[in-house]
Amino acid sequence: MIIKTVKQTAWFFVVPVVLLVAFNALIPLMTVVNYAFQETFGDNVFFWEGLTWFEQVLNSDRFHDAFLRQIMFTSIILLIEVPLGIVIALSMPRKGPWVSVCLVLMALPLLIPWNVVGAMWNIFALPDIGLLGYTLNSIGIDYNFTQQPVSAWITTILMDVWHWTSLVVLLAYAGLSAIPEAYYQAAKIDGASRWAVFKWIQLPKMKRVLTIAILLRFMDSFMIYTELIVLTGGGPGNSTTLLSIDLVKLALGQFDLGPAAAMSLIYFFIVLLICWVFYTLMMKNEQQ
Amino acid sequence: MSIELKNITKVVDGIIHIYPTNLHLRDKEFNVLLGATLSGKTTLLRLMAGLEKPSSGEVWFSGKNVTHVSVQHRNIAMVYQEFINYPNFSVFDNIASPLKVAGKTPDEIKQHVGEIAELLKLSKYLDRDVASLSGGQQQRIALARALVKQASLVLLDEPLANLDYKLREQLREELPRLFAESGSTVVYATSEPEEALMLSGHIATLYEGEIIQYGKTTDIYRRPANLASAKIFSHPPINITKVVKSKSRITLPGVADWPCPEVFQDHIDGEYILGIRPHHLSLKNLEQSEKHIRISGNVQLAEISGSASLIHLRINENDWISESGGIHPYSIGETINVYMNLDGCLYFDHDGKAIH
Repeated sequence: MIIKTVKQTAWFFVVPVVLLVAFNALIPLMTVVNYAFQETFGDNVFFWEGLTWFEQVLNSDRFHDAFLRQIMFTSIILLIEVPLGIVIALSMPRKGPWVSVCLVLMALPLLIPWNVVGAMWNIFALPDIGLLGYTLNSIGIDYNFTQQPVSAWITTILMDVWHWTSLVVLLAYAGLSAIPEAYYQAAKIDGASRWAVFKWIQLPKMKRVLTIAILLRFMDSFMIYTELIVLTGGGPGNSTTLLSIDLVKLALGQFDLGPAAAMSLIYFFIVLLICWVFYTLMMKNEQQ
Repeated sequence: MSIELKNITKVVDGIIHIYPTNLHLRDKEFNVLLGATLSGKTTLLRLMAGLEKPSSGEVWFSGKNVTHVSVQHRNIAMVYQEFINYPNFSVFDNIASPLKVAGKTPDEIKQHVGEIAELLKLSKYLDRDVASLSGGQQQRIALARALVKQASLVLLDEPLANLDYKLREQLREELPRLFAESGSTVVYATSEPEEALMLSGHIATLYEGEIIQYGKTTDIYRRPANLASAKIFSHPPINITKVVKSKSRITLPGVADWPCPEVFQDHIDGEYILGIRPHHLSLKNLEQSEKHIRISGNVQLAEISGSASLIHLRINENDWISESGGIHPYSIGETINVYMNLDGCLYFDHDGKAIH
């Protein structure tokens, strides 16, 4: 028989973390769960509803539309920001005094508060007084992001690209800086073209940081709220109402706490699931 | 292919990296560049490769001026201290890459890669991903790429520095043979005198951007042209002290005196510099000959290096190192006798020029 001495004191050391996580994550989450399965009319009176709210949300056209818009938005910005970020990182100088200048310039958009980004682009894009909106209209392009869904989408995407490509650039640049100079010399001796160097040396060496960049950009764009609510508020109509905006409309606009709570949980699990799938695929690829 | 450096220099931002240098490496020879870190080994290799242009002077390959020929047209291969391979390629594809660039048929490629892999003991790993192999195997792949290319000039920049002891020993023995068979001219940069000795062939000793001496490795080891060359090419460091020559005797003040060798006879009397390699100061007088003179010293430190002992001795006013085979434990402060081999004595004048 094996006798193990268990030191119960070890549990004691975990208590602070358990408490911290309980208060900032688990307990708030449990209130959401609480609302998701019950109906309330205030006064702390609850009626059990089971899965009703979940069925309602999952079957609603409204949720489907918001979800599709969300997928479209995230796909578009990933398709623009990742290649653009790599191209900018590749064209940045690797040594000399310009390195720090470039890095600071690149980091600037990341340092601006998110609601300020929304406000900036809102004013910048206004068709009557904004630099962008006014210029476009004066050269004959019919552009009005408060009225036309297409204009609103273009503005939203431009804003996100402006705000977040830097993150991809900085990560890709870090990956590039970690490649020893000897690789480039060896490629030169082999007579490799610029494209071959990128494809066979730089891209494989950047794989890790790019994985992180894509994952971060996916999660952040999937949960975009602040900039968007300031810029378009989800309009015109519902055209830029992405998941987070729809959720807030449901919870605070209509005060449908039950469906909103159910939607929160669904939203949360979608993000979790996609991240997990994405991460597993990337890691599997890595091991091969 | 023979390589000639004609009066080349390299100046970067006003700092001289390479002083005017002339060097002639003959076809199919194994050459070693020996010098400390920053002595200009890598710069010389890069100049030969064409990765850098000389500030002045010319580079000639087989009687042709290639100073302005670009890297990819010089038919060279280079192996670095870091293990440089294509990260996403399998071992086979890595070794095959120079052949693919050269436009060989798949059958030829398969055959060549197979042969080289056999030679470098990589056959088992051909399907594997490079990143999954050990450092030694990764460097073998890089060497295989250099070999398979059948380049006229192969440049090796401290290729074994990052490998563990055993692999290093093994590859040191194999490399000259492998490259001799491939028919390439080889230039091998290293900072380790032992490595240079083992690799044999020809050697150029480098000191602060200047080639001090070039010639056959054994000749240069036995007869360094000057003090700098002797210092570069000695490990553990060569013992250096002042001696006095008067008529036909040489005196190490307060320690010993011995007859002056013939070549030294006609030099004027006065102070000279004596250099004696640690292994010429042995603990036992094995040959019992008169060529060895006894010196007594005070043990400062006794360290064991491989299968030899390095005894640091205080002899009169000099701190010397003696190297002997076997393990010899001594306690610090003990007085012991060592035997200096007079045949191993190197004499230099005040400018550091060797007398022989």
